[in-house]
Amino acid sequence: MTAPTLAIDDLRLGFRGWAGTVEVLHGISLHIAKGERVALVGESGSGKSVTARLVLGLVQELRGARYSGRMAFEGRDLGALSRREREALRGDRISMIFQDPTSSLNPVYTIGTLFHEVLLRGTPGIGTAEARERAVAALADVAIADPGRVLSSYAFQLSGGMNQRVLIAMALANNPALLLADEPGTALDVTVQAQTLTLMQQLVARHGTSMLFISHNLGVVREFADRVYVIYKGRIVEQGPTEALFDNPLHPYTRALMAAVPRITGEGIPEIDEEQTGFYAPLVAHPGHSEAELRP
Amino acid sequence: MKRAVFILLRNPLSVLGLALVGLVVLAAVFADYVAPFPDHKGAVVDFLNFNKAPEWPYLFGTDLVGRDILSRILFAYRISLTLGVVVLALAVPVGVTVGLIAGYIGGRTEFVLMRVTDVFLSIPPLVLAMSMMGLLEPSLTNGMMAVTVMWWPWYARLVYNLTRSEREEGYVLAAEVIGASRLHVMFREILPNCVPSILTKMTIDFGFVILIASSLSFLGLGVQPPTPDLGSMVAEGAKYLPDSWWLTVFPGLAILVVVFGFNLIGDALREILGVEQ
Amino acid sequence: MSPVVRLLIKRIATSFIVLVGVSLLIFTIARVIPGDPARIALGPNASAEAVEALRDKLHLNDAFVVQYGYFVADLARGDLGQSLYSNRPVTADIAAYLPATLELVFFAGTTMILIGVPLGMLAARYRDRPLDHGIRLFTMLGVSAPDFVWAVILMLIFAYFLPIFPIAGRISDSFAVPPVTGFLTIDSLIAGDFAAFGNVLWHLALPAFALSFAGIGQSARLTRANMVETYRKPFIEMALAFGFPQGRIARRFAFKPSMIPSLTVIGLDLASMLGNAFLVEQIFAWPGLSRYGVAVILRKDLNAIVGTVLIISAMFLIVNIVVDLLVALINPRIRLSQRSS
Repeated sequence: MTAPTLAIDDLRLGFRGWAGTVEVLHGISLHIAKGERVALVGESGSGKSVTARLVLGLVQELRGARYSGRMAFEGRDLGALSRREREALRGDRISMIFQDPTSSLNPVYTIGTLFHEVLLRGTPGIGTAEARERAVAALADVAIADPGRVLSSYAFQLSGGMNQRVLIAMALANNPALLLADEPGTALDVTVQAQTLTLMQQLVARHGTSMLFISHNLGVVREFADRVYVIYKGRIVEQGPTEALFDNPLHPYTRALMAAVPRITGEGIPEIDEEQTGFYAPLVAHPGHSEAELRP
Repeated sequence: MKRAVFILLRNPLSVLGLALVGLVVLAAVFADYVAPFPDHKGAVVDFLNFNKAPEWPYLFGTDLVGRDILSRILFAYRISLTLGVVVLALAVPVGVTVGLIAGYIGGRTEFVLMRVTDVFLSIPPLVLAMSMMGLLEPSLTNGMMAVTVMWWPWYARLVYNLTRSEREEGYVLAAEVIGASRLHVMFREILPNCVPSILTKMTIDFGFVILIASSLSFLGLGVQPPTPDLGSMVAEGAKYLPDSWWLTVFPGLAILVVVFGFNLIGDALREILGVEQ
Repeated sequence: MSPVVRLLIKRIATSFIVLVGVSLLIFTIARVIPGDPARIALGPNASAEAVEALRDKLHLNDAFVVQYGYFVADLARGDLGQSLYSNRPVTADIAAYLPATLELVFFAGTTMILIGVPLGMLAARYRDRPLDHGIRLFTMLGVSAPDFVWAVILMLIFAYFLPIFPIAGRISDSFAVPPVTGFLTIDSLIAGDFAAFGNVLWHLALPAFALSFAGIGQSARLTRANMVETYRKPFIEMALAFGFPQGRIARRFAFKPSMIPSLTVIGLDLASMLGNAFLVEQIFAWPGLSRYGVAVILRKDLNAIVGTVLIISAMFLIVNIVVDLLVALINPRIRLSQRSS
């Protein structure tokens, strides 16, 4: 059996600051099989975003960051790679989509220029004409009606939903093996977010791209992921297949998280369990879905 | 506080800045006791020891009438520091008030105040101070006035920009909703949030006020002899380059040391208070 | 009308208002000078009648508003009055001295931008590493001394100790360049005299560098600060996440957005060199506006003071308008916006 697209084992991370070291991740393990869509769910500050940035190798370059554990991408140990080799993976084999599409696009360059730069990552030396041709095709793929106009526009001239489509097209342009989506479209209107997520879902399925979906939005996760990891304060507390986890949450924190979703049917603001000590209970895996059982 | 000390001591340059400024201030305050020849601050003449290269006991050499350069530098520091304090004490309140009013009240008041500020900012600082000195007789007091007049607009502009962005903040709206007076909002709500930026700018400016004042006296438009002044010492000595190099080099370095010290502290302060440039 | 043209018109209009303000300010300063300018001009031995005649001629006996009216009327004809110091029209004096100062400022400004901005970019890219600390130290030293101190130090080292550069002047006596523009670099090129051109550059090197030293520090620190700020933006994280090469990120994706706020201040630094040039000109005996400016101030030469300040302020405003246009050109938001902000 082939190696999983991404395998993380006992990942720990801390930042050394003026008040001593702040621990952010306390040993998390997760994996994503080829073509699988995995969600990492947790509240803000739980360490979910930083995990994605560790995979990309962005955190390692920050001053004061100390990390340990193993991260393997398609069987290659990311920790053993040189900085140059790690950079070579970015934008080509692994790419990422961000929370706020508009501020993620450089304001002083046109979409066309940025797209050319993205395509250069996968096809070094690609010329302007060819890049434009491919960009037009990629934008057409994300259901943009007039790619030509979009390519000669700046991000601030386009709507948030349009920019999100552009970013999705960019992220998939070089056919990456792994797509990291960090709260994609959280900054957008709910309807626009839904449209672009559906689009992303279709494209990822068509390309056979593995995906790590980072979110605090349980509704979105339920529609989108094959499997779910719930993270709380730098620890994975529950993992399992989406259906099972939503139908039968086992961990106290997961239950609290689900109870915290307000219903639009009007049952008042949900009461949140004040008892927090249970949240630190050890990891619960649904039957057949612990790391040991799933990994080849 | 703990964080401030951590940032300050982590960077050896900040420590150097504190040390330099500390030494200069102490030396200036106790110049009468520290200076090798305290009476050389005035119109003393010692023709036996005139124009001497640095040698014991004249560490920085002597000037053309035999006065010890080091002693004169220490007394000149006294004047420079006083000047810095006075100029900022006058310019900052004026500039801050103008900036607050223009930024908060807006409308025609804003237009008039900021155009007036622009007028002052449209004359190169040194040229403005020079023409002020044309109006007045060259002297220490008038020099301070000239530098003050050129300095307040910078604070007006800084506080104006800060106020404009703070005006939209939630806490300001909240104060207005509960019916706080304009004065209260300006001075009790907005001003405290501008203090870090103002403080940082003041620290750095302390050095620059000294620098500009020395430039004025270098051109002969500031402190008049026999009062020791770093700028006029350089100007006087420049006529005797390169042979009597100590006449210019030491007063010049003296300016560098104190301004550098304030800059280093200002940089550290910027980091501690989280102020953007 | 394109937004850039609209911006240009707006800036010229506000600059004009400001210039009127400057003229009022400096005119007021000049008129409330204690002491009688006519008496100073004629000397202590002149008769009271002569002084009174000069006062009349200079409109000093009229009301302030009337005096300003005369001044504006003259100014509209391009007349800034007579200098009491040189007994020539102030415009003629300024025309004679200004090119030397402008030439110096132009080269100093170019040096400032060519050295300061790349230094700041380097510091930002390697922020908090040894190179950054080194550049920080160097640039902070640069801004920590007035230009005349750097002029003295450079002169001692590179003109006396190592006699590489000349001590004073704009050009060696052995060269004769026919004056056309007053800018010796341009005039020597017009004359096709490349030896003279080289000689002019050789004379320019030390003063221009001394004048640019503080500016180098300022522009490097500013470039660094704004670029570090830009490095925190999501679009830089996007560029990193997509693996754009670090060098390209620094030179393109972080640099260009950060120049939008930097340019305005660099323009102010450039413009304030017009004043600081006085300090350097004194040390290098540069035949620019400096000696004239200081002399007329000490002599309380009203027309000359007002004229000099007005011309320098106009230059200052022109530099700022040019900078604003540059900002508009690199900032698509301004270039493409339908309403000017």
